[in-house]
Amino acid sequence: METLVFGCLAVTALTMGWLVFVLGSMARVTFALLAALVCVGGVTMLLGLPYLGVVLVLMTVMEMVIMAVFMIAYMMNPAGLMPMSMVHNRYGAMAIAAGVFLALAAGILLVPWPARPAGEPPADTTFQLGEALMGTQMLTMTVLGLVLLSTMVAAIVLATARGRYDRYGDRLERRVPRDPAAGGTGGAGR
Amino acid sequence: MTLELVLLPAAGLFSLGLYGALSQQSIVMIMMGIELMIGGLITAAAGFWHFLAPTAPAGQVLVVAAVVAMAVEMAMGFAVTTAVYRADRVDMADMAGELRG
Repeated sequence: METLVFGCLAVTALTMGWLVFVLGSMARVTFALLAALVCVGGVTMLLGLPYLGVVLVLMTVMEMVIMAVFMIAYMMNPAGLMPMSMVHNRYGAMAIAAGVFLALAAGILLVPWPARPAGEPPADTTFQLGEALMGTQMLTMTVLGLVLLSTMVAAIVLATARGRYDRYGDRLERRVPRDPAAGGTGGAGR
Repeated sequence: MTLELVLLPAAGLFSLGLYGALSQQSIVMIMMGIELMIGGLITAAAGFWHFLAPTAPAGQVLVVAAVVAMAVEMAMGFAVTTAVYRADRVDMADMAGELRG
């Protein structure tokens, strides 16, 4: 039964992953990727990690909704109404991807994996993860927190149209900022 | 269910994502390819934890790190897309050639 569910999830994930690069409409592409990653979350749950599976599904849903907005904002042909090729070096990429898959598959099938896991899984895997993150893996948790914080700062810096150097000059020497419109703390043309 | 059965789809997802990241021109589509690759990594990490070392919580922490990498990749990718688009009105990897040697 478990194997059957796993098989369905794996086949769906691979089919949807393939559709991501085949479909024309960006809305369909986004939801195909969402379906593929939800199946990955399902596999994670099936392997005894329900908490991580649910986190993955929730995060992917939010990500894909944001992604749909960005697609429509930036892409030349978001609805796929004009058939156009958006790929380069297609056969080279196919060859590299197929080569990587064959190498990975050879490794997977040739390595003599241990027949049995080393020990029994804990009764509550979420408890195991929480205890590790708040104990022995505290450094990992701290680093991940710092990485996320610096990502927030860096993303805002990159996405800002006019930062303080545009307003106050390269050496921040202007007393009154130069803004396109007067009002607020700025003054146009002053 | 065996470890090989879990790792093979994981390798498939990784390779599909690699094909997309290499062949797509649109920056947003390249990011989708990278997402698929990280999805394959998460599947493989969960499989390794389940079938080889379920007593070691470090396997689960690896999955957490992969999920964080996914979120960071997405946020920074969109920020870079926004910056590149604002500077040059460009949304294709081939046209963003400032660093071409």
